[in-house]
Amino acid sequence: MDLSTLGPFLVGVITSGLVLGFVYAIIALGYTMVYGVLQLINFAHSEVFVTGAVVGFEIFRVLEPSPMNGYLKLLIALIAAMVASGMLNVIIERLAYRPLRNAPRLVPLITAIGVSLILQDVIRIIEGFQGRFDLTYKLPPAFNTNFCGADSSCEALGTALTKVGISLQIKEVIVVAVSLLSLALLNYLVNSTKLGRAIRAVAQDRVTAGLMGIDSNRIIALTFLIGGALGGISGVLFGMKFGTINAYSGFDPGIIAFTAAVLGGIGSIPGAVLGGLVLGVIQNLIGVTNVLGSILNIANLQAIDASYQRIGAFLVLVLILIFKPTGLLGRSNTEKV
Amino acid sequence: MSSASNNSFILDVRGLTKVFGGLTAVNDVTLQIPRQGIVSVIGPNGAGKTTFFNMITGIYEPTTGFIELDGVNLVGLRPDQVTSAGIARTFQNIRLFASMDCQENVMVGRHSRLKAGYIDSLFRTKRFYESEQEARDVANMMLDFVGLGQFRYEMATNLPYGDQRKLEIARALATSPKLVLLDEPAAGMNPRETEELKSLIRRIRDELGVTVCLIEHDMRLVMTLSEYITVLNYGSKLAEGLPHEIRNNPQVMEAYLGRGAVAGEYGKEAVAGMQEGV
Repeated sequence: MDLSTLGPFLVGVITSGLVLGFVYAIIALGYTMVYGVLQLINFAHSEVFVTGAVVGFEIFRVLEPSPMNGYLKLLIALIAAMVASGMLNVIIERLAYRPLRNAPRLVPLITAIGVSLILQDVIRIIEGFQGRFDLTYKLPPAFNTNFCGADSSCEALGTALTKVGISLQIKEVIVVAVSLLSLALLNYLVNSTKLGRAIRAVAQDRVTAGLMGIDSNRIIALTFLIGGALGGISGVLFGMKFGTINAYSGFDPGIIAFTAAVLGGIGSIPGAVLGGLVLGVIQNLIGVTNVLGSILNIANLQAIDASYQRIGAFLVLVLILIFKPTGLLGRSNTEKV
Repeated sequence: MSSASNNSFILDVRGLTKVFGGLTAVNDVTLQIPRQGIVSVIGPNGAGKTTFFNMITGIYEPTTGFIELDGVNLVGLRPDQVTSAGIARTFQNIRLFASMDCQENVMVGRHSRLKAGYIDSLFRTKRFYESEQEARDVANMMLDFVGLGQFRYEMATNLPYGDQRKLEIARALATSPKLVLLDEPAAGMNPRETEELKSLIRRIRDELGVTVCLIEHDMRLVMTLSEYITVLNYGSKLAEGLPHEIRNNPQVMEAYLGRGAVAGEYGKEAVAGMQEGV
């Protein structure tokens, strides 16, 4: 590869980074919304997300022989995952966090890690009883074809996109479309409805919100429901994108999405989206640093390959904590006295 | 003392006590607030006034005692339930929602009165639109009422201090209360703002028919505005009566000035205010 092909190559890398970034963004929203109302890092969110991925897997598996339209299967998978993950998150909040509402902050944090570990093994046992560990998504075949590929009605568009370096599979386009739709819906819910206003009021000042007639326990439960449902969506999208998941798949994307939330400014919804996209792109760019190294003929860079991807995310986390602890879009919460 | 069923009182508090560990913050306080009255609770710092408010609004559960609003028991209710029952309050330290504009701050106050449920807002039913519109209309009305109509879309934190206090009052009024508790509404206000506040409090009662109870240290304001005053000291009721009775009560003077010659500036100022404000 030389410099002339570098442009399209980079465009391709960035595009697939953005696709990945959308998945991180949706996961990160689950962390950031719960943090917003409770100042709690819900470490169990990674398992809430895996639950969604498993439910999605099961739906596609059961529906595989059915001649049903692939997009209808997807819709069923998404809804089932949203319901399952949303309910699971509400149950976690009710059983594990609410009794600790007035405990020091470290206590629910450790509880969250405990819940995370318990759920990992529960998921492993449930699937294990059926003799499964790695779950490979059985997607409708059409999803694995190229977006606007050969013989499709928009072949010209596909060719043009390929020329600038963008070649996407249908399922990747679905990931982006579903993410954008979820973001639009969430934005509407949070900024233009009574529920959203109540969530923001509870996030800013739970006591005052209570005195304005808002039942904060109910609002917190609903926030867990919404955060969990987003986790379910992202689980299905993650499963579609990577194909194979297992009970322990939540850890990596979970911690990267958490980093994304911190990067954007934890508690900030636009911040979580921005953080997710940035990390997705950074991760993909690090994955091709060796290629760039060989083009630019810098030997040291050639040693950095895809196995260093995670370091990128955590390097960002360290840097952001040092230089801008409130995150890119976060705001410092100094209390006026 | 009149009986609990007496309909001329909107709030009926009897034998209210709050013990924190070994400290009795409020001790056996009995207080009745007349319907559509303007009453004050005063007392030196640490007298238990805010703890008293916190028990009425459900933040603290009383250790013992009895609170009734318009014949409805409030003991054991959560703050949001107390608000739904008809009590609203403002805070000693302003507690506005910093990242919302003025209109939205007041709309939050409308929360418990909106009929549309969460399902309605998800599916954008007609009821949802109507209730959002109602919330906005009430918010605008209340902003106009307190004189902040032109700052509707301004962020709450950008308002000057005195206006932030007015915004808190607008937010409290948006809950359609029967009784509004104002915790030091004049704190930090300049004399002109205090004058405006005085007429605003009178209008809350006269035009909206809402009963007002204030905790206040500005004795000129208290003495000119209040129809009835209750004095707390060390958590207990020291005295109650009409403004001129309080002004001439030697025990109250002593509570503010101390027994010896070591009256603090605060106490002297308070007593001077009592004598001046008519």
